[in-house]
Amino acid sequence: MERRRFMQCLAWAGTGLVWAARGGVLSATTLEAAAEAGADFTFAQISDTHVGFGGEANRDSMGTLKDSIESINALQARPAFVLHTGDLSHGQKPGAFDTLAESLKAVKTERIFFIPGEHDVALDGGKEYLSRYGAGTYESRGYQSFDYRGVHFVGLVNVLSYKPGVGGALGDEQLAWLRKDLEAQSASTPIVVFSHVPLWAVYPAWGWTTADGEQAIGMLRRFGSVTALNGHIHQVLQKIEGNVTFHSARSTAFPQPAPGAAPNPGPMKVEATELRRLLGVREVRYAEGGRPLAVVERPLT
Amino acid sequence: MIRKGVTVTLALTLALGDAATPRVQIHQFKFLPAQLTVPAGATVTWTNGDEETHTVTATDRTYTSTGLEHAETFTRRYTQPGTYTYFCALHPHMTATVVVR
Repeated sequence: MERRRFMQCLAWAGTGLVWAARGGVLSATTLEAAAEAGADFTFAQISDTHVGFGGEANRDSMGTLKDSIESINALQARPAFVLHTGDLSHGQKPGAFDTLAESLKAVKTERIFFIPGEHDVALDGGKEYLSRYGAGTYESRGYQSFDYRGVHFVGLVNVLSYKPGVGGALGDEQLAWLRKDLEAQSASTPIVVFSHVPLWAVYPAWGWTTADGEQAIGMLRRFGSVTALNGHIHQVLQKIEGNVTFHSARSTAFPQPAPGAAPNPGPMKVEATELRRLLGVREVRYAEGGRPLAVVERPLT
Repeated sequence: MIRKGVTVTLALTLALGDAATPRVQIHQFKFLPAQLTVPAGATVTWTNGDEETHTVTATDRTYTSTGLEHAETFTRRYTQPGTYTYFCALHPHMTATVVVR
């Protein structure tokens, strides 16, 4: 696909297109075609639930969370599991993790995997988050990998690095763990890597980057199919780099402006009717046999 | 005579008021002023003027506010002279200093 066509597709990404990338060649098909193609399993991504958010950008963020959960439950194929890509809470508001856990009980899936966003760890360096969600992750540090039906999933933590002047980073210890983890995988294994802050430099001026993300991306280049999912920037955005496809997800709580489109990245106020188009979840379909993963955006309306 | 007395008292009150309650405004992802000098024993008040949530967090993490929403405030008393750097733990490029004399 030529670049101009690619840009056109980018503009439509929120309206029900399925993205499919293979060997660096991008193609877009309709949802119906993807459904016909079938899938061996699907999973869902939910992100930036920001439980405790009460700002003007969305006075009913619990309502839109509930609607997002309902849209997961309404998927034709029940997702094998759900990935929550961080900012579970809004600045660790008291009771937020409990409230979220209670809400997520309604999700019809086998399991939900979590990674933290900076809102989940900023106040206490991750103490509360890791005490709740650290179990089962590598040395209870929050990052982990698992295999599901031939696909290797890696959840990374890039928000425990925050200090004055320094935003998202993975750190040397996690990078060493990642190198070892990926070394054990064959190049033909499809990889799904998920993080809160984008691994690639979306917009460093707003902190929308992972300082050492390039090192992780470098380790992923030898694989034939890599799907990188993130949250943090509260909008759908894609980038293709060789065999690596990056997808930023919507929030269920409030939208943020496009990179550089506002003086700062604060919550974006839009008309009530517009809001629901900018919030939601996503579905990812996987079919064995070398076909790429299909990422389907599911806005609330 | 009376009038002058009132003026002096008012001026004194304002001056003391400023010294006793020095303020930092959070505006457009910046702490203003970026460097604030106060006498030992002063209590500093931060007010978040942004729609975005911010924190006031010591660089050495010895203290932190909670996430401050729009118009919420945080106060901290500084008893010992020194230079205290802090930042927003959600937006770490926001950094500033309180100098206590």
